[in-house]
Parts: sequence; C-alpha cells; structure tokens
Amino acid sequence: MTKTKNWVEIGPLKDIQPKGARIIKHVDGDIAVFRTSDDKVFALDNKCPHKGGPLSEGIVHGCRITCPLHNWVLELETGLAVAPDEGKAKTWPVKVEDDIVYVELDDDVVMVEG
Amino acid sequence: MKKQKLVIIGNGMAGMRTIEELLDRAPDLYDITVFGDEPYGNYNRILLSPVLAGEKTVDEIMLNDESWYSDNDITLRHGEGKRVVEIRRNRKVVITNDGSEEPYDRLLIATGSKPFMLPLPGADLQGVIAFRDIKDVDTMLAASKKYKSAVVIGGGLLGLEAANGLMKNGMSVTVIHLLDSLMEMQLDDAAADMLKKSLIERGLKFEMKASTKELIGKKRVETVLLDDGTRLDADLVVMAVGIRPNIELAQKAGIHCERGIVVDDTMLTFDPSVHAVGECAQHRGIAYGLVAPLFEQAKVCANHLAQKAFATYKGSTTSTKLKVTGINLFSAGDFKGNEDCEEIVLEDKKAGIYKKIILQDDKIKGAVLYGDTIDGAWYFQLMREESDVSEIRRTLMFGQSHVGDSGTGGIDIMSMSDDMEICGCNGVSKGDISYAISSKGLFTLDDVRAHTKASSSCGTCTGLVEQILMATLGSDYSASPSEKALCKCTEHSHDRVRSAITSNELKTIPDVMKFLDWKNPDGCASCRPALNYYLLCAWPMEYKDDGQSRFINERAHGNIQKDGTYSVVPRMFGGLCTADDLRAIADVSDRYSVPEMKVTGGQRIDLFGVKKEDLPDVWSDLSEAGFVSGHAYGKAMRTCKTCAGANWCRFGTKDSTGLGVKIEELSWGSWMPHKFKFAVSGCPRNCAEATIKDFGVVCVDSGYELHVGGNGGIKVRVTDFMTKVETEEEVLEWAGAFCQHYREDAHYLERTAPWIERIGLAPIKEKLEDDKVRKELYERFIISQKAAQIDPWKARTSGKLKKEFMPIKDLVS
Repeated sequence: MTKTKNWVEIGPLKDIQPKGARIIKHVDGDIAVFRTSDDKVFALDNKCPHKGGPLSEGIVHGCRITCPLHNWVLELETGLAVAPDEGKAKTWPVKVEDDIVYVELDDDVVMVEG
Repeated sequence: MKKQKLVIIGNGMAGMRTIEELLDRAPDLYDITVFGDEPYGNYNRILLSPVLAGEKTVDEIMLNDESWYSDNDITLRHGEGKRVVEIRRNRKVVITNDGSEEPYDRLLIATGSKPFMLPLPGADLQGVIAFRDIKDVDTMLAASKKYKSAVVIGGGLLGLEAANGLMKNGMSVTVIHLLDSLMEMQLDDAAADMLKKSLIERGLKFEMKASTKELIGKKRVETVLLDDGTRLDADLVVMAVGIRPNIELAQKAGIHCERGIVVDDTMLTFDPSVHAVGECAQHRGIAYGLVAPLFEQAKVCANHLAQKAFATYKGSTTSTKLKVTGINLFSAGDFKGNEDCEEIVLEDKKAGIYKKIILQDDKIKGAVLYGDTIDGAWYFQLMREESDVSEIRRTLMFGQSHVGDSGTGGIDIMSMSDDMEICGCNGVSKGDISYAISSKGLFTLDDVRAHTKASSSCGTCTGLVEQILMATLGSDYSASPSEKALCKCTEHSHDRVRSAITSNELKTIPDVMKFLDWKNPDGCASCRPALNYYLLCAWPMEYKDDGQSRFINERAHGNIQKDGTYSVVPRMFGGLCTADDLRAIADVSDRYSVPEMKVTGGQRIDLFGVKKEDLPDVWSDLSEAGFVSGHAYGKAMRTCKTCAGANWCRFGTKDSTGLGVKIEELSWGSWMPHKFKFAVSGCPRNCAEATIKDFGVVCVDSGYELHVGGNGGIKVRVTDFMTKVETEEEVLEWAGAFCQHYREDAHYLERTAPWIERIGLAPIKEKLEDDKVRKELYERFIISQKAAQIDPWKARTSGKLKKEFMPIKDLVS
C-alpha cells in the first residue's frame, strides 16, 4: 500500500510561543512543532536521536534546538545533529497559511483522527 | 561589496588558528590566501617528538589537511616558487620567488621561528640538522636506520626530546650541554639532577659544561670535537640550541622589529595593515617559543581582523612538560624566585619525587615538579588565577586531593591504562580521549568536550581530562584561559557581561546581545539561561522573566526525568510537616497515579513520573493544600535541612528547626547562579550536615556558627567557617547578605564552593563583616525576594499558561 500524504491542520500559529514548541499526539509517537524567533515553523519527531529526549522541551535558538537531556543540538530544518554529534530526527513538512499551522502527515494517520 | 583580501605568510599553527578563529567570527569578510613553506597542510608541530619516538605517525598530527583549505575557500600556495621573498608595503603586495605578486588589504605575518644553527666549522657537513619540521624528523629516522652514533647539541627541552627519540630508534646518543644543569630555562638544579640521572639510566650519555669546537668529517659528519679536546663519534648531529623568531621578511619591509616583530596588545605591528602572531611576534618584550600563547594571540588577532576590535592580549603564563614517555616533569612560571619569595620544597630522592613551589604574597609564582606531576594543572590554574593560597598552604604540597576534594584528586593519569574509564557519565576511556586529542587536533578542554563528551556532564573528571591534555600535548596544551568567554556566541566573559548589564542599564536579552555584539542573534542554550539570570538579578523589580530562555525544569517547575516525565517536590519549610500535609500529598499521589515517591536528601517528598499534561492539576491540588513549589528543579534556593534541635533532642542547644523554617521563609523562591542549600544543626554533632551545605548554621550554647561554601555533590567540600553570631536576627541577616553577594558575584552555574575557591574566602568575609555593606546586601536580597516569592505553581494552574502544558493537537484519542 502506498501511503498518501495529507496536510493536517494543527492550530493557530499564536498558540506556539516564539522560541517555543508544542506537541502533536500521534500514533507513531509525538511530533514536536517548533516556532523560531523569526516565526519559521518546523516539525520533528519529538525524540532526540541520542537517547530519545523530548525535543519539544529544549531551548530553541536560531533554527536549532538543544535537547534538554544531554544538550545535543539539532538543526530544525533537517533534523540532523550538529557536529561532532551524529544522528537525525525525522522531520515533517510544515506550512503556515493565514496564521494556521499545517503539517503533512501520512493519510492513514488522519484516519485515526476520524 | 567586494571582499577584502587577507594574506597570511606562514602556514603553521599560529596562522591557521587565527584563520579558524576568524572564520568563526566573520566567515565572509575576506578572500584568504595562505603562503606556506612546507609541502603539507597545517600540522601540530608540538607532536613531532612523539613522531620521532615512533609513538605517533605524521598523519596523526595533521590539523588541517588540504581539503580544509578548499572547503573554506582559502587559497593555499606552497611548494616551489611560492615562497614569499618580499613585502612591498607601499603597494600592499607580497612577492614570491617566482616573481608573482599577491595584493592584500590586510596582511598577517605568522612566519614562526627558525632553529638557531651554531656557526661551527663543519656545520655544513651532511648529517648536521636542526629539529624543527617533518623533514628533520624524516632525516633523523633515515639516519637511525643506517648509522649508529648521534650527538645532540643542547640539553634543553627540544634537545632532550630529540635525544630520547633517536635513542628509541636504536642510536647511541650523547647530549652536549653548555651549562652544568639540564633544561635550565625550566628546571632548578635539584630537579635537573634527577632528570639527568633518570635519562642516564635509560641510556643517554651527557657531556656537561661542554662546548663544541668543530664538526669533523669528509662529506658526512664523523666526529664532534669539544673545546677540551674530547672527540665524540657522530654520524648525525642535531643542533637544538634555541630558536630565533623568523623576522627576515618583516625586517626587510621596514616593519619595526626587535628580537621579534613588535606588536601591540591587538597583535598589530607598526604598520596598521599588518598583524603578526606566534613565535615571530614580540609582545611586551616577549617572543614566546611555546604553542599555548598562540591560541590566545590568535583569538585576539581574529577579533580585530573581524573588525570587532575589543579584545586585547595581555601576555601569557606558560608551563612546560617534557614529552619523554615515562618521565614526569612539569615547570611553570618563575621557578627560581627572588628574595621577596618563599619556597616550599618536598623531596624524596629514593622515590624520585621532587616538588618546589615558589610563593609571593600568598600567591603561586612558579612551580617545578618531578616524578609526581599530578597536580601540575592545579598549581598552574592557581597561579594563572592568582588565587590566594594562604588558607590551603599547609597542605598545598600534597596536592588537590588534600584540600577537601574527594573527587578525582590523587589519580595518576600516566599510570592509567588506556581502557580505564575517565568520564563515568558518558563512558569515555583514557584511550578515547588521547586518541581524539591527537587524531582530531584538539587543544583545549572545550575541544575535548565537544568531540568525546568527556567531562561535559557533571564535570567531575575535568581535572583528569586536563591532565590527559597536558600529558598528550606536553608543554603546549592550552589551559583554559582564566577569563573564559561566557559561551561560543560571544567573546565576553561572565564578569564583563554582568558589568555591561548594570553599567549600561541593559534590561532585556536582545539588548544585551545587541550591545555586546553577540554572534548568534538568538544565542544558545548556554548563554540564554545565564543572561536571563543576570538580568533578573540586576533588575529584580523590572525585568520580565523570559521563560523561553530557561531550562525546561524551570519552565515546567519540575525535574525532567529520562522518560520525559517530571518529578514534583512540594516545599516543606525546614523539613517540617503535619499529618494533613502528608495526607494531601498522598491524595495527589493516588489521584494522578504517581508511580513512585521518595524522601529526598533535603528532607522533602518527591513525586516521580508525573506526566507533563498533569502538571498544572497536580500543582493546583498541592497549592490548594497550602504547598508552594519546592524549587527542587531550579538554579535556586532549594532546601533548608534541619535536625530535631532543642525542642526534642537532649543535646540540642537551640531551636534548629524553628531557625531553619525562618531561614527558608526568608530565602525560598530566590533564583541563584546555581542550586543553593541551607542546613541548621542544633549542636556540633551536626546531624543536619550543615558543614557540607552552601550556608550552614551550627548552633552552640553561646550562639550560632556560620559556615559557607560546602558541597556534598560532585566534589565533597567542607565549608569554611565565616563567623559566629549571637542572635537569630543576625543569622538571618548574614544568610540573606551572603545569598545576595553570591547572587551578584558568582558566574551562572558556579556553585558557592568553586566560587569561593575562585575568589577566596577573605574578600567575601571582608564584605560581610562590614556592617554597612552587609546591611545593604541584605536589603537588596529582601527587595529581590519581593519579586521572587510568588508561587510559580499557583500562577500556572489556569489560563494560557496552563494551555502550554497540553498538546496543541491530539491525533490519537
């Protein structure tokens, strides 16, 4: 079965603080949605590739997030750990339209919502 | 805008370190061209001795291979025809020996030094070389395969390392030294004698107080003739009598030179477009021949090349360590002293141990250690930071392990095997660290932390990692500067940032970052919490706390656990509680299915495993029952531990619980540079363990003894006695004043113990003993407490702040 993608409405941008994050509860694990100081929005699996730390609870600086457990730093854009650490958190496509945040998820996930 | 042209003459460690620092600050400012003499990238010259001794390979000591240059858009010119032969300052060009020209806007001279070759008859014979570069090492290695006898002229650091290396390659080696004491620049006679004895045991031969008259041979050198007529067989002669700053180009171009190229505190020469760094530069009369000062110079130079223009170089304190495996030797600073100095000497000839420390005005001026160099890094740190050692003088010679530190002191890194674990937090072994240092070209503690994670968590093993750095790099490891930058986003130190905040009335994080020219507009996870704290401390009534700049624990008012849940600790003042309190806590535990509860070391009850989304309700219920937050998660006043005291205990002299409650009522909610713990014991039996707390009160019949700076954590440290007072009111005033002084003076994340060790107890005592100053500090503490004693739990049990704890979208239920 090929999965189809679907843009899912998450909520108003203003509900995420600048330099902050909120999470989406998801059957395959939580997804963290980040908002940077210049209002860019990113979505990553809420799981640090190091030891699974909840990235949503870290400190956002520039387009990077520092994991609260052991201070790994990840690029929000790519999910890649900043050298010399190595690892990657899964990223999800995001868009903001009329101040509403959407994340592109696999279709079967949306079915669960219904 | 067209980029400016930066030309660097010299492809060595000083020049390339400056470029690395520059790229870090201003990656796009310049078009960079580097001219180098040797046909390699940039390598770690200080590790040539281990290469010669067969302990490392050339590849292992490369710092920047050729791809580094292309990756960073740097043009590297080396090899035939690319040697710079002239600088034309009027036209701002450099000219190479093939006649081509390279224009510059800014020029950096980093030509290093040249070995000094004695102008002896026969010095031009084959087999007569210096010990300076990879080529020399290759020549020595080739000679050792073919020939038997070698003579090294010069019994200094470099000469002895060369001699040791040649001996290890099977040659019979004689060292000729002009004086009767080896390494006279670094060692006193006693240590030099022990060193010589040990080297003779290994098989080296010495001709002391000897001067070379002539080198004799047909094509290749065969014999060394000394002044006294002695003849030594020699198939190879290595001259290691000293180095001279390589200033020829600068001199020819009319740039002011003395022994080296004269530079000011910004590493600028007399020509405002020309900088100089490294061994060719002479700063305040000194041309350094070691690598460690280069790193400090490179930072300053890069700061000015990047047009930031505020850093200054004030000279370096250097230390030396001989890189001969199996010989432990350390020397730093002024090790001879003068009539104003005092000496402490410990000597045990049989065990091969000699230690001498030179003191002046209660500060360490210099040290020589032989045989046992474990504490070299510690003495060096005390020396650089100019710490007052009068309080630890009696045990100073026995090392750091004897000053109340039961952490890692007393472990000899040299005798450890490679698989021994150094960093228990991150599971990093000694071998991992030394391999990373040499293979990745690391020089500083920060480098090692980034690459291996060693000492990056609890920090207990910092001393061990510094020892490994020192052991691996020898003389030239770059000790962390005494004035450290706050983080990688800035070059300013904690103290500078703090004074800028108060003197320029900076009142928000963006204001501070803008004013101090932060490199990253948002800062990072290190500096933002620090700035948030400094601003909060400076402007308690005005500053609006920035939650996004706090670590999650302080945002969620609970301790994040490894599974992402939180632990919650209700405050129980002085550790006292009622049956109702316990019932309320038990109810909360049932209601939210708290999986585990525990009594903490600070006499509180910890509820583990609370889910983030349950936090607001848990708080709300606890709040209802009359609890406030225990701040067990924060860089804040945590607990005041008490014993039973005079109310119940037959030994108690005072009401320790009552006083503990008063102290906690005074201080709860206070944000601190780091966590802060009180304790009150009712008698000297000290059941509340007050002498390992940040501020401990020990009640005695005649009053209250106040102790400060204790720590029962990473490094056990017993408190220092501060004073004795007679009334509870005085205790509270001293406690508040001490807290406030710590809040205003310590660096963020520096606990009271290291703070006191850094600045000394004396200045703190002096401040607090002054009635006026103490009362002012206390007043300021009371003011800031007005803003701080708002229960963070209560504020977050409803409304928008509560929403923050919920998922923004639930796609599961």
